Amino acid sequence: MNVPVTLLGLLEREPSHGYDLKREYDAYFGRGKPLPFGQVYSTLSRLARDGKVVISEVGPGDGPDRKRYVITDLGATEVEQWLTQPVEPEPHLQTVLFAKVVLALMLDRPAGEYLDTQRRAHLQRMRELTEIKRTGGLVDALLADHGLYHLEADLRWIEMTGARLDALKKEVRP
Amino acid sequence: MTIAIEARNVMFSFGRTPALRGASIAVESGEILAIMGPSGSGKSTLLHCLAGILVPGSGEVLFDGARVDSMTEAERSRLRRDRFGFVFQFGQLVPELTAVENVALPLLFGGVRRTEALRKAYGWFERLGMDGMEQRRSGELSGGQAQRVALARGLVAGPKVLFADEPTGALDSLTSEQVMDLLVAVAREQGTTVVLVTHEPRVAACADREVIVRDGRVNAPDRIAS
Repeated sequence: MNVPVTLLGLLEREPSHGYDLKREYDAYFGRGKPLPFGQVYSTLSRLARDGKVVISEVGPGDGPDRKRYVITDLGATEVEQWLTQPVEPEPHLQTVLFAKVVLALMLDRPAGEYLDTQRRAHLQRMRELTEIKRTGGLVDALLADHGLYHLEADLRWIEMTGARLDALKKEVRP
Repeated sequence: MTIAIEARNVMFSFGRTPALRGASIAVESGEILAIMGPSGSGKSTLLHCLAGILVPGSGEVLFDGARVDSMTEAERSRLRRDRFGFVFQFGQLVPELTAVENVALPLLFGGVRRTEALRKAYGWFERLGMDGMEQRRSGELSGGQAQRVALARGLVAGPKVLFADEPTGALDSLTSEQVMDLLVAVAREQGTTVVLVTHEPRVAACADREVIVRDGRVNAPDRIAS
């Protein structure tokens, strides 16, 4: 999971405090692995240092801290680039894709288009692996098969998610 | 690169139910194109319109620059017989005929003499990995063997375009791979354009490019370099 850009994505919805950000992150993306407070604040400090968020001292949120974080144009650009670029197709990327879909829906972005882009990237990688199978030996073919089946599983997830986008949107944008 | 077959803004309905809502697609000569999409999205209907099996309610279908949608039934029938080949999900071999007679069918329909047609059909069986099975009937063939015979039947007359609708849909992974390897190899050799409907990513990965049909429209914003 890419924590910095996920926090930026949450901040693009609305400015927020560290405590509220952690709570939202844990609810949607933590899934049994809550983000430690220390990591939340160290990440926000780095984002501030890099000019991707600024701190505004407005009233407290639900927690004790008073620092309110606001995304900058640079931060918003990073979110946009992260959402629109396909993930390098490799096994076990579902959590990243999952985060992209949920954030895209939260931000009212075209999640279906991102999934289409990802599908094309996956199929392109599958074409490359298929070519390796066609031209290589049996050991190469076995390795390529391993990659092909994992990519195929991702694609099935992409199809299923694509078919459920409307329902998912209602759940993450109540 | 020249366009072999093209649909322009094609609409088609089954009764009151729209299946294609302005589908456009262009397939280059010699290209292997996969049409993907969810069940009921219209991908098979699009293939049938491109192949002149269905006539669109509106829009144009062009083969080698000629309008297919405005041809008479007899002209479309001739086009399908002389220029197109077909493979479907279940081989749909003629059960009364032997495997070799099934392969020879398009040649016989095209006016080739029986001895010559059978000679050419026999020539396919080594390539199919089915030497010695020429006289078997479809009931005596496995699913993969029947589908390889169906593929040979689709390609034996050297069609300009091969239309394949879920050609591996009824096969296991390994057999599916063998059928696709054969399809791609022969199509490349003959320079046959292939329009392939599939819901299987591994089959689509054998194509040069894929398009997605969704709600009766084609989603193909860019071409993927092969």
